[in-house]
Amino acid sequence: MTTMATPTQPQPTKPAPAPVYNPKSESGTAKRIKSTIFHIVALALVAMVLYPALWMIASSFKPNSEIGGANTSLWSNNFSFDNFATAMEGIGGVSTLTFFTNSLILAVGAVVGTVLSASISAYAFARINFPGRGLFFGMMIATLLLPFHVVIIPQYIVFQQLGLVDTYVPLLIGKFLAADAFFVFLMVQFMRGLPAELDEAARIDGAGHVRIFGSIMLPLMKPALISTSIFSFIWSWNDFLGPLLYLNTPEKYPLPLALRLFVDQTQSSDYGAMIAMSVLALLPVLVFFLVFQRYIVEGVSTQGLKG
Amino acid sequence: MTQSPTLSRRSSSSASPQPRKSRRRGADARAGYTFLLPWLLGFIALTVGPMISSLYLSFTNYNLFEAPKWIGLDNYTTLFQDERFLQSVGVTLNYVIFGTPLKLAAALAIAMLLNSKRKGQGFYRSAFYAPSLIGASVSIAIVWKAMFGDSGPVDQGLSFFGINLGGWVGNPNMTMGMMILLTVWQFGAPMVIFLAGLKQIPADLYEAASMDGAGPVRKFLNITWPMLSPVIFFNLLMETIHAFQIFASAYIISNGEGGPAGSTLFYTLYLYLRGFSDFRMGYASAMAWLLVIVVGIITLIFFKTSKSWVHYSGDSK
Repeated sequence: MTTMATPTQPQPTKPAPAPVYNPKSESGTAKRIKSTIFHIVALALVAMVLYPALWMIASSFKPNSEIGGANTSLWSNNFSFDNFATAMEGIGGVSTLTFFTNSLILAVGAVVGTVLSASISAYAFARINFPGRGLFFGMMIATLLLPFHVVIIPQYIVFQQLGLVDTYVPLLIGKFLAADAFFVFLMVQFMRGLPAELDEAARIDGAGHVRIFGSIMLPLMKPALISTSIFSFIWSWNDFLGPLLYLNTPEKYPLPLALRLFVDQTQSSDYGAMIAMSVLALLPVLVFFLVFQRYIVEGVSTQGLKG
Repeated sequence: MTQSPTLSRRSSSSASPQPRKSRRRGADARAGYTFLLPWLLGFIALTVGPMISSLYLSFTNYNLFEAPKWIGLDNYTTLFQDERFLQSVGVTLNYVIFGTPLKLAAALAIAMLLNSKRKGQGFYRSAFYAPSLIGASVSIAIVWKAMFGDSGPVDQGLSFFGINLGGWVGNPNMTMGMMILLTVWQFGAPMVIFLAGLKQIPADLYEAASMDGAGPVRKFLNITWPMLSPVIFFNLLMETIHAFQIFASAYIISNGEGGPAGSTLFYTLYLYLRGFSDFRMGYASAMAWLLVIVVGIITLIFFKTSKSWVHYSGDSK
C-alpha cells in the first residue's frame, strides 16, 4: 500500500516549518468542550462495563430477598455481612478457608514452577547457539496455537495409571516443565532485547552460561519475571478445567471448584451467599489488579505487539 | 566511540584458531540442550506424546478400564451422524463467528476513542481492561447467570424500556446472546493491544491527510486500518482460537449439561462430557483431533489471506 512507503519520506522535506503549522489551532473553550464530551462518553462506557462487577459486589451485601426481585439498583438499606458469614462456613463440611489455602498452594506452585522453568528454557532459545534451536523454537510457537483439549485425555490416562489423580501433581507438573509456551515466548522476546555485548564481555571474563544466566540475565529480566508471576498466579487462581478433571475430594478443591459445588448444592436457594463466595474467590485477583495494574496492562500491550 | 572496540573484538574472535571455536560450539550445544531441558521434557511428555496417543485412541474404543479396541475410522464416521455433536459444532461456530468480530470491533472502537493525550487515560485503560482478567472465571459465570436470570437486573432493566424478554438463562433462543455478551464484555485485552498499535502510527500521517482534506472515514480506511493491520491480524487470530476453547463459563451457566435444549453445548463441553462422564475416551479423542485440524486449517487460511490485507511497515527492516 502506498501509505506504507510514505512515512519516511515527508519528514526531511519540512524540517523547520513543522512547528509553525498547527492544524489544531482551536480556541480554548472549544477544546474544553471537546474534552468534557470525551470524559462524559468515556465515563458512561466505564459505568456500563463495570456494572456487572459492581452489581456483584453490591449483591454480596444484600439480603436474598433483594437480589432476585426488581433490583437493578446498586444500593440497599439493608447492607450486611450475613452473606459472607454464610459463605465462609464453606460447603460439605469443608471450610472456605481450606479452599482458599488450596488455591493459594496451587497458585504459588504455579508461579515458582513457571518462573523457574520458563526463564531457564528461554535463556537457551535467546542466548545459546545450538543445532536445532530454530526447529524447537518453531515448535514452541506452534504449541501456543494448539488447542489444549487434544492432550487432556491421554494426560489423564497417564496420571490415572500412575495413581496421581486427586493429587496436585497433574496440575503443577506442567508449570515446572514450561508447558505454558506463552511465558517462554515472553521471556525469549525480553532477553533478545538485552544487549549481546553483556554476554560477550562476561564470556571474555571467563563466565559460563550458568553464571551469565544467574548473575547477568536474571537480574535484568525483572520486569518479565514480574509479568510472568502475576499472570501465572491469576491464571492458576481462575483455572477450572484442570481441577475439575483431576480433583475428587472436596478437601483438596481450590475455590473455583468449591464454587461449583456450592452452586450445585444450594441451587439458587441462597443467592446471596453464592455471590458473596464468588466475590471472595475473585478478591485476590482484584487486589492483584489494583496493585499491579501497570505491569499487567503493559505486559498485555507489549506481548501483543511482539507477537 | 564504542564502535571501534567492538569492531576489533569481533575481528579478533573471527581470526581465532579453528579448534577453540569448535570447542566452544560443542560446549554451546551441550549448554543449549541442558538449559532447554525443562521445556523439552514437557514438550515430549506433555504435548507430543499425548498428541500421538490421542491420535491412536481416536481410532479405538476405549473406556479407561478395558484395553483400547481398534475400530478404524468408526469414531469419525459416527461423529457426523451424532446430532449432539453437530449441534455442538453449530453452537461453537455461532459463538466464534458472531462473538469474535463483535468483541474486536468494540475493542478497536474504544481504543480509538482513548487514543489521545487527554487526562485519565491510565484509569480508562485499566477500567476497560479489568473484565478481561476475571471474565472467564467461575465467579463471573455465576454472576452472569444471576444477572440474566428470570427477573434479574437485565430483565428488569429491559422491561423498563418496554422490552419483555423474561430470563435469558432458561430460553434457548437467548442463551447464545448472553454468552456472546460475556465475551464482548472482555474486549479490554485486545483493546490494550490495539492502543499500543495505534500509538505507533506517526501523527504526521494524519496531519498530512487532513491537509489534503481527508475526513475521519478516509483517514480510518487509508491510514489507521492498513497501519494497524498486523495488530488486527494478531488479535483476530488469537481471539478466534481462544473462542473455540471456551469451557468454564458454558459449564457453569448450563450446570455442566449444555442446556437449555443444547443451546450452550459448546464443543469443548461436549468433548468433556463424552470423555469424562460417558468415559468414551476414543470418541472424545477423535473430537479433540478434529478440533486441532479445524483450528490448524483456520490458522492456515488466516495466514494465507493475510498477504492481501496485512501490511508490515518497511521501517521495521
